[in-house]
Formats: sequence, structure tokens, C-alpha cells
Amino acid sequence: MEFGPYLFIASLEGAITAAVLALTAVGLSIVFGIMRVVNVAHGEFFMLGAVIAWWVTSMITAHPALGFVAALIVAPLLVGLLAIVSDHLVLRRINYDPERTIVATIGLLYVIQQTTLMTFGPEARPVEAPFNKRIALPWFELGENGFVLTWPWGLSTTTYKLAVIAAAIVILLILWLVMSRTRLGLIMRATQLDSEMAQAHGIHVDKVYALVFGLGAGLAALGAVLIVPIQQAHYLMGGDPLLLSFIVVIIGGLGSVAGTIVAAVLIGMSDGIISVFFTPTLAKIIATLLVAFVLVFRPQGLFGKPER
Amino acid sequence: MNNSMRSFALHLFVLAILVVLFFTVSEYHSGNLARILVLSVYAMGYNLLFGYTGLLSLGHALFFASGMYGLGLAMQHLGTPAAPAMLVGLISAFVVSAVIGFLALRTSGVAFMIVTLMFAQAGYLTILLAGKYTRGDEGFVIPQADRAIGSIDLSQSDTRYFAALILFAVCFLFIGWLVQTRFGKTLVAIRENPERARMLGYDIQRHKLLAVIISGTLSGAAGAAYALLFGYAGATFSTVQYSIYPLLWVLLGGAGTTIGPLIGAIFMTYLIDISSEYTNAYMLIAGLALIFLTLFAPHGLAGVLRKKWLPWLP
Repeated sequence: MEFGPYLFIASLEGAITAAVLALTAVGLSIVFGIMRVVNVAHGEFFMLGAVIAWWVTSMITAHPALGFVAALIVAPLLVGLLAIVSDHLVLRRINYDPERTIVATIGLLYVIQQTTLMTFGPEARPVEAPFNKRIALPWFELGENGFVLTWPWGLSTTTYKLAVIAAAIVILLILWLVMSRTRLGLIMRATQLDSEMAQAHGIHVDKVYALVFGLGAGLAALGAVLIVPIQQAHYLMGGDPLLLSFIVVIIGGLGSVAGTIVAAVLIGMSDGIISVFFTPTLAKIIATLLVAFVLVFRPQGLFGKPER
Repeated sequence: MNNSMRSFALHLFVLAILVVLFFTVSEYHSGNLARILVLSVYAMGYNLLFGYTGLLSLGHALFFASGMYGLGLAMQHLGTPAAPAMLVGLISAFVVSAVIGFLALRTSGVAFMIVTLMFAQAGYLTILLAGKYTRGDEGFVIPQADRAIGSIDLSQSDTRYFAALILFAVCFLFIGWLVQTRFGKTLVAIRENPERARMLGYDIQRHKLLAVIISGTLSGAAGAAYALLFGYAGATFSTVQYSIYPLLWVLLGGAGTTIGPLIGAIFMTYLIDISSEYTNAYMLIAGLALIFLTLFAPHGLAGVLRKKWLPWLP
């Protein structure tokens, strides 16, 4: 394959990473934006989404699509519920103190991860995609007779991969509508702006926090269900999404949802493209150092406004 | 008897118990204890920053690994004898902690935690990347013949125990002394109320940087001693898990007490040791401990002691 089509395929793979990453990172971002806490267990909520998807699809065997649709509904709900329970049992009791929350969510990370190891086991398990038709992609070339449409060998993708990208866009649009057009979104934004004032106006801040924590975890789980037919479910799969979400949220500006989405596309796409040129370890080193230096020298993020 | 004499007596008493323990427990447990003593040095270094200065780092594994690889790589590739190699380990931890401290201290609170985490992660990945020299996750064994200072063979169980104990004693007494000094008291003042400490004319940034450097160098000393006494250096020691461990030990034992890190390290190591006999998911214990400690005992075991019975506990 020539370089052009090769880069095209890399960007397409990058777009899938970006789509799932956007969902996961937006979950982390709204939790940080509204509750002002960093949830280190976010990657484990992602992992649980994938594991529950495997569990649901292996229970419902009538048709792969049926099980998958069930997983798309059940996994985010269960994970969101678990997050709400842990908010109730742990985070609320330490008053959302930022540092103690990090320590407690590190604890939560190990509890979820190790419990999965004890029940689900150490194996990676596949989930079948609901539909998976391979489609060849055309490539344009400027030849002697003007543009020529060619079908290079190997330049193809699957319908499912395209559907993942579409689904992520739809989910993010719905989230945006909810946040900007509904009463619930208004309440969330009010809490983000000034939680004490919101409380004074009769908003149950505790309930909003629980809901937001559940919503953030649910988004991570949703991203995981979408990706699990491409990447298998494994009890350690939460590490990379956590790290990448951190990177995205920090680059995009802590708490800014729009910045997070832009950064997710940027990081996801470049992750696909960079790994073509660098070894994955070197790419990761560059990414982690980038985050550290952004936080040190530009704490509001690359796209964020300085704090007033 | 005044408080500083009481505290000095307590420190000597703890050291005496540790000497007696070697002659009374089985070889398996004394081997375990030697390991715990070295890890306690790591925890004490961590405690100076977290417990006394109030800075929560999630990247101390980087300092531990700097000491470990400073010594290990010098011995493995340059043929340096053990004693100067130990110095190389200390110097590399010193330099790394000075650089990281300089950068990371520009941030505070949650950002400080994430920055230290990211630098440590970059360090871990660098060790993997330099797999040609470090042999990555697999790590390398330091030959038994090299693990000696002069004619003292540090790979034997008795010399190893007392080498660990001497290192522990030096650091234990040093920290016990340091926190009583003006410098130590200033660190506590910065932890309690940074604005006020600054208003009183203390250079907060300089004090914090010094705390990071001392803390990092002590952690590096532990890392170097670990490689020397147990003859192995591997990338596992630079993972996030090894940054979480000292936090866990200090939280459990009691942050901001000189004896807490030792208590925490003993309890946690045995808890994990015992539970790993029954399940491979032994980190579940660590996770539960972290949650319950933040919820119910943020001051740890020694903190409870200090609150209830021994208000003078250093």
C-alpha cells in the first residue's frame, strides 16, 4: 500500500480511538468540572462496561445484535448505579475533599479491578459485533486523465467501525442537548458555577453530585461497550483509557467539555498516526511528559481560559 | 522527662526491639523484616513530604527506582563496587528529585498529584524503553559475589538484616531529629497554613523544594539498598503500584508521626503476604484499606495512639 492510503487507514483507526476516548474523557471531565474531584477509578468503570457487555451478550445468545443492544443499555446503567452507590458510601462521607477523594478512588480502583479478577478471571474474552460487514474504500489519484478512482488492496474498514464513530457523535450530541437545553442540564451547570449558591436556591447538590458521578461512569461504560467487539474484555483494560482520558482532560482544559472533545479528537487521531512513526512506548512517554509540562506551565490546559 | 527526651527514648526502644526480634523470630520472618525495614526507609522519606509538609505525591516510585537503577546499572555495566555504587544511587535520586521538585512545585494540590504521577509514569516507560540496559519488566539480578562492602557479604541473612537495620536506624534517628528542628517545624507550619507561614516570612517554595529533595533522596536510598540487599532491580518497582504503597503504609501507620511508616509497612506487608496465600487478587486488601483509612482513620494507627494516650508522640 502506498503512503496516502496507509495514512488514510491510520486516521480511520485513529478516529475510532478518538470516538471512544471522547466518550470516556467527557465522563471524567464532567465529574471534574461539576464535582471538582478527580476520579482515578474512571478506567475501572470503563473496564466494567466491557466486562458486563461480555456477560450480557453471553447470556442472550438468540442473535448477536439482540445481546449487544441489551449490553448497550444494561452496562452503562449498572456501572452508573455502582458509581452512585460508591459516591453515597465513600465520596459523600469525605465531603468531596479533593486529595482524600483521589486516595479513596485509588482504593476503589483496586477493589473493582481485583474483584473482577476474582470473578471474571484473568482471560481476555471477545464479544461479537452485532454486524460486521467489510467494505472496501475507494482512493482518488491524480493521474494523466484527471482524477482516477482506485480500490487499493487492503484499504477497507468494517461497517461496525464506522457505526462506532457515528454512535459516539450521536451520544455526545444528546449529552450536549441535555446539558444546554434541559432543566437537568441547567441544574448541573448551576452546581458547577457555584454549588453553595445552587444549594441556597433549593437544588439538592448531593443528588446532583451522585447523578453526575453516575453519568460520568456510565459514559465510560458506554464507550467500553462500543469498543469491546474490536478490543477484547480484560480485567486490566482500564489502565490505558484512564491515562488517555487524563491526558485529554488536561490538554483540553480541566472541566471544559468542548475542550475535552477537541483534545480527544486530537489525541485519538494523533495516537493512531504517531504510532505509525514511533514505537508505542516512546509515544506514551511523549504524551505523559506533555501532560506534566502542560500542567506545570499552562495549568488551564491548551484550550482553557486562565482561572479568574 | 521532657518531650524530646521521651521521643529519643522511644526511638531507641524501637531500635532495641528490632535487634531483639532478629534473635527471636524464624529466618523466614527475619528475612521479611529486613525487607520491611528497607521499605520503611522508603515510607519515612514519603512521610516527610506527605505527613509533615502536606504534599501528596503519586510518583515516589520514580525516586525509589532512581536509587535502585543508579546502584544497579553502575554495578551491572560499569563494574562499580557496592559502596560507591550506593553513592551513585543516592546522587541519582538527589538529582531526579531536585529536577522533579523544581518543576512539580510550580503546581499544588490535585495538579501536584497528577504531575508527579505523570513524571513517574514517564520514568517507568523510559526504563522499559531502555530495555537493552535495564532489561525492562524482567529486570536483572545483581550477582551475589558483588553484593559485599569490603569483606562483609551482604547477601547472608544476618548481615543483610543488620545492614537494613543500620540504614533504618540512621534514617529513623535523622527524621526524629529533623522534625524537632526549626526546619521541621516550619514544614508542619506550611502543611497547616501555607499563607500564614509565608506571611511570617518563611520562604515556602524553598522549604518545599528541600522537603522534596530530602524525601526523594531517602526514597532513593531505600531503592538502592533494596537492590543491593536483595540482588534484583526490575521495572516493577517504578510502577504506579510502588508509588501507592508508601502512601498506603504512611496512611495506615499514621501520617506525620516518625514511627507510623514502620508500623504501616509491617502491618500492610504481612496483610498482603497472608492474603496472597489464599488469592491472587491480593491487591483487593490494599484497595479496601485505602478506602477504609480515608473514611474512618485518616490519621492512621499512630495518629490514634497520639490522640488517645500519647500526646507527645513525635
